[in-house]
Amino acid sequence: MYKTPDGKEIFVIDGHIHFWDGSPENQANIHGKQFIECFYAYHTALSPKEQLWEKSKFEKYSEDDLYRDLFIDGPDDMAIIQTTVLSDFYKTGFGCIQRATDMAARAKDRFIVNGSFDPRDGEKALEYIHFMKETYDITGVKMYTAEWNGASKGWRLDDPQAYRCFELCEKLGIKNIHVHKGPTIIPLNKDAFDVHDVDHAATDFQGLNWIVEHCGLPRLDDFCWIAVQETNVYGGLAVALPFIHGRPRYFAEVIAELLFWVGEDKILFGSDYAIWTPQWLVDKFWNFELPEDIKQERGVDLTPEIKEKILGLNAAKLYNIDIEAKRKAFAQSPVQIAAE
Amino acid sequence: MDVPARNTRQEGQVWDRLARVADPELDEPITDMGFVERVAIVGREAVEVDFRLPTYWCSPNFAFLMADGIRREVGSLPWVRRVRVRLHDHMFAERVNNGVNEAQDFADIFRELSDGDDLDAVRAKFEEKAFQRRQECLIEALVAEGFPASGIVAMTLADLDAHAFADTAAAAQKPRYRALLLELGLAWGSDDLAFRRYDGSAITEAGFAEHMAALRAVRINMEFNGALCRGLQGTRYKEVDRSGKEPELVDFILGRVPPRADRPGQTMTN
Repeated sequence: MYKTPDGKEIFVIDGHIHFWDGSPENQANIHGKQFIECFYAYHTALSPKEQLWEKSKFEKYSEDDLYRDLFIDGPDDMAIIQTTVLSDFYKTGFGCIQRATDMAARAKDRFIVNGSFDPRDGEKALEYIHFMKETYDITGVKMYTAEWNGASKGWRLDDPQAYRCFELCEKLGIKNIHVHKGPTIIPLNKDAFDVHDVDHAATDFQGLNWIVEHCGLPRLDDFCWIAVQETNVYGGLAVALPFIHGRPRYFAEVIAELLFWVGEDKILFGSDYAIWTPQWLVDKFWNFELPEDIKQERGVDLTPEIKEKILGLNAAKLYNIDIEAKRKAFAQSPVQIAAE
Repeated sequence: MDVPARNTRQEGQVWDRLARVADPELDEPITDMGFVERVAIVGREAVEVDFRLPTYWCSPNFAFLMADGIRREVGSLPWVRRVRVRLHDHMFAERVNNGVNEAQDFADIFRELSDGDDLDAVRAKFEEKAFQRRQECLIEALVAEGFPASGIVAMTLADLDAHAFADTAAAAQKPRYRALLLELGLAWGSDDLAFRRYDGSAITEAGFAEHMAALRAVRINMEFNGALCRGLQGTRYKEVDRSGKEPELVDFILGRVPPRADRPGQTMTN
């Protein structure tokens, strides 16, 4: 719950969080080490100084840390946990569905735990999708097209093997497909986060929602173009939003483009926790106003009503969340953690 | 001339050449980005350049283009007979280093690492973005100074040459834009238009707003990369803040205080 300066209570659904173990003990190789270091560099590069964590905590934070940062110190009412396995880099996986589910057990009604699969696993991927549906009743997945798998250094959403998986997802009611399309860090493929495969997949699977995390940045124009054509394509603000601190004008330009092309109903807030924490992001976002010249140029505005949509209403629609019912339930069972 | 003095002069020349090499994704000189770690003159005619990138994961094609740019620019100095370029701390460091130092065919390695694209195709792609970004910077400055669209689209090279930009970013971009404009053959003489699209077509007054929206999109993408690269570079190599201030608590938390010499310089082998 975010309480605005004038007392309004905004329901916050954090569309993109992680519960990872990137600790040295879990790193399988140099890639695992470099991966968490890269995340840490994002954290330190874009966070306000007073929000910085020590590296050891960042590598592996506790369940209590997460509950505190999201729900007690932070404004989140609910959070969507994205699974990112990276099994070639981490011994027991980086962010795993079982570990996330265990963590979420204390306040089940506040979390949506999404699964993940790798279409290159063929039949096993299909079996695994069944397993995740039966075991965890997932309603969404996170796709990481640049993930390594043996000799392969990436895949595309419109690969035939991927299509078989999405057909199954649709059949089982796994409707929300989050896709990581972010900064150009490789794997081997020239640009495994190229966004054009979203266009094909979204056209061919109209019954699925395609949430493009990081809005395809640094390919915002490509993403916007695709989002205009496809009614079932959404943009997740993770990584774009933290620029609001160090480069507010730049953030204004990005959000103005998104509002113009993608529209206020299809943009989703996500903190990308633990890279960033939601408290400062939501606070700055709520208090942010588009500069007048950018408003004029693009003919858009970022009103309180639009902010409320981005912070929770849009995600609630995708995940069939009854906000009023949740408000009542949460009022009676606030998140608590043991005193330290 | 004694040896130290000659070395200093030669090193200065090398740094000047390195400043002409841009990060293709950002269109900013690698020297401004802090990517060049070390320059050494060996004997009288060999140069060693060590560089590094913001992350271990930076796309190898960018690394290749920069390594190749370093080799070509430094190699163009009249006294240079050999250039040895070494990329550090990158997952493809060894491949890039082999390629650029001609242990293996550079073009072959590049094609393999970039899904068959050849170096020239990738270079052209980034050249277009660089052209657009430089142009946007100048036009935005002109708009801010009160020039109407009709005046901007009709501006000639002579007009541009005569115009002194008050905006420092535009003043810095002007020679870079002009050089690229001529290099691309988009303007020849002083009567030619100063602003055209990359494909050579003229910008009309009616199409001005749309053209600028397209340029803005290019800049938003490039700025995203630039901001991240600077941030990641600073964090990865734990650079001491050069603004002259004492290190703060945050610098100790981040381990920013040890000097760069502590950093192991080994390359990754895989």
